[in-house]
Amino acid sequence: MRTQAAYETVDMMLNMGPQHPATHGVFRMVLTVDGERVVDVTPHIGYLHRGSEKLAEHESYGQVVTLFDRLDYVSNLNNELIFCRAAERLMGVEPPERAQYIRTILAELNRLASHLLFIGTYAIDLGGMTPIMYGFRERERIQNLFESVTGARMMHNFIRIGGVKEDAPPGFAPRVRALLDDAERGVAEIDRLLTFNEVFLARTRGVGVIDAPSALSCGLTGPSLRASGVAYDVRKDYPYEVYPYLSYKVPVGENGDCWDRYYMRVLECYESVSMVRQCLDQMEDGPVMAQMRRIARPPKGEVYVHGENPRGDIGVFLVSDGTDKPYRVKVRPPSFCNLVALRPMMRGAYIADAVAILGSLDIVLGEVDR
Amino acid sequence: MIGTMRGLLTTARWLLRRPVTAHYPEQHMPVQERYMGFPALLTDDTADEPFCTGCMVCVRECPTQCMSAQMHDNPKFADGSSHRRKIIEEFEINLNRCILCGICVDVCSFDAIEMSYEHELASYARAGARADLTLLLEQGKRYVETSGWTPANPEKNSAGAALAKKAAAAPAAPASGGNEESA
Ligand code: SF4
Ligand code: SF4
Repeated sequence: MRTQAAYETVDMMLNMGPQHPATHGVFRMVLTVDGERVVDVTPHIGYLHRGSEKLAEHESYGQVVTLFDRLDYVSNLNNELIFCRAAERLMGVEPPERAQYIRTILAELNRLASHLLFIGTYAIDLGGMTPIMYGFRERERIQNLFESVTGARMMHNFIRIGGVKEDAPPGFAPRVRALLDDAERGVAEIDRLLTFNEVFLARTRGVGVIDAPSALSCGLTGPSLRASGVAYDVRKDYPYEVYPYLSYKVPVGENGDCWDRYYMRVLECYESVSMVRQCLDQMEDGPVMAQMRRIARPPKGEVYVHGENPRGDIGVFLVSDGTDKPYRVKVRPPSFCNLVALRPMMRGAYIADAVAILGSLDIVLGEVDR
Repeated sequence: MIGTMRGLLTTARWLLRRPVTAHYPEQHMPVQERYMGFPALLTDDTADEPFCTGCMVCVRECPTQCMSAQMHDNPKFADGSSHRRKIIEEFEINLNRCILCGICVDVCSFDAIEMSYEHELASYARAGARADLTLLLEQGKRYVETSGWTPANPEKNSAGAALAKKAAAAPAAPASGGNEESA
């Protein structure tokens, strides 16, 4: 008869991705598992690397905006906004007020669209097929609105250094208002469908918990950080554009588990709707482009600007050598920095929950790999 | 249990409504007015020639370098039926590389290029996405028909208006701003 020692187990390596539907792109995790439990996780990134930062050094400032469109391809307008703000800060240009309102409206609508997509895909990660249909329906309406304003559904190239490309089309405000009513109803519908569903709760409550101190030390930002109870929001703490004139709440969670991270985004959808409404009320007619030279040529210097993306705190470090092309562009992508928290969240979780935890961080690989 | 029932109720409510999706390619969703499809070149009807002078500004500014252009002397300038000294001879856009950013339209100061409503890329030929001058002008004509486009700066860019202005400024020189065929 064999002795007990012969049955000792060893940890097993389990490869997940890069071609895995639940990794939201091409992302590879090497899991070390002990039975059903995850002992360790090593993320491997870079499958979608396009060298955007290096490419930006060979493009003029106006052309770099098209590269930023393609970083986080679910919230393009937020990305454009952050680069244009960086260049404007460097040049000392202040965009006119109407342009700032249009930018804020578009950025918030983009946040709404991005969160709707997250809610849908997160349900799919956990095996629920229905919510993405509702999420996509609402997102489609927002994309149609973008098409009527910017001319493109995803790669807009609409926000320009010093303002926006052109004024909002006639009938913009009533159209957005109708859209907001629809979107609010749609979010409520998904909320009803998913949030307090027993299966959903069982899969997400108490899974992937991260407490506030370790969330902060991992560099988590955005809704994922606020789910742990830290009320850090760049829009509130370092206001930009017209955010200081708007009144809104920053939803904060308690437990820092997957359900909280999901619910923060649902609540943010409602906040975004109310913010856009306020913008429409306050907006006045006026120019949409600052007086400046046609070709942007910032003076020598460097600047770091950050803002709140749907996924967290995005930052741009921009160095200019006085020519019409940036000397260096460095992006701090929120998805990439949020991935640092993957290991503390996943340790000790079940293999089946690995997908739930990764999904709750809402990463976009275009931004992680750049 | 209650949560599941509530979810099923939501689904049931949508069971009898019309679907929101369109079945492509049988059905096409209409594009919005500002939609930016592939770039197309426009024709100046007052001189029956393209607006484009081949100045190459758009070629230089295109972030993906997907265009090429070549100009030559405009024969119609010699016989006085156009105000363009130079005119485009060959123009090619590789639509596979174009990212539909609209920068070429922004930088062109001759009203010569516009983002059309064309957006279907599939073709049977291997080089089907390399749009040449003829195709670009044809797409431009279709765009003008559907969108009712007019030049933003006709006094400067339309041959008819520019020649008439010139004639008014210098009454000695006879002007013929019509549609003379010379090619
Ligand atoms: S399209 Fe406009 S910018 Fe481009 S070559 Fe022709 S005239 Fe010049
Ligand atoms: S739309 Fe952009 S990528 Fe396409 S030809 Fe014009 S400048 Fe080039």
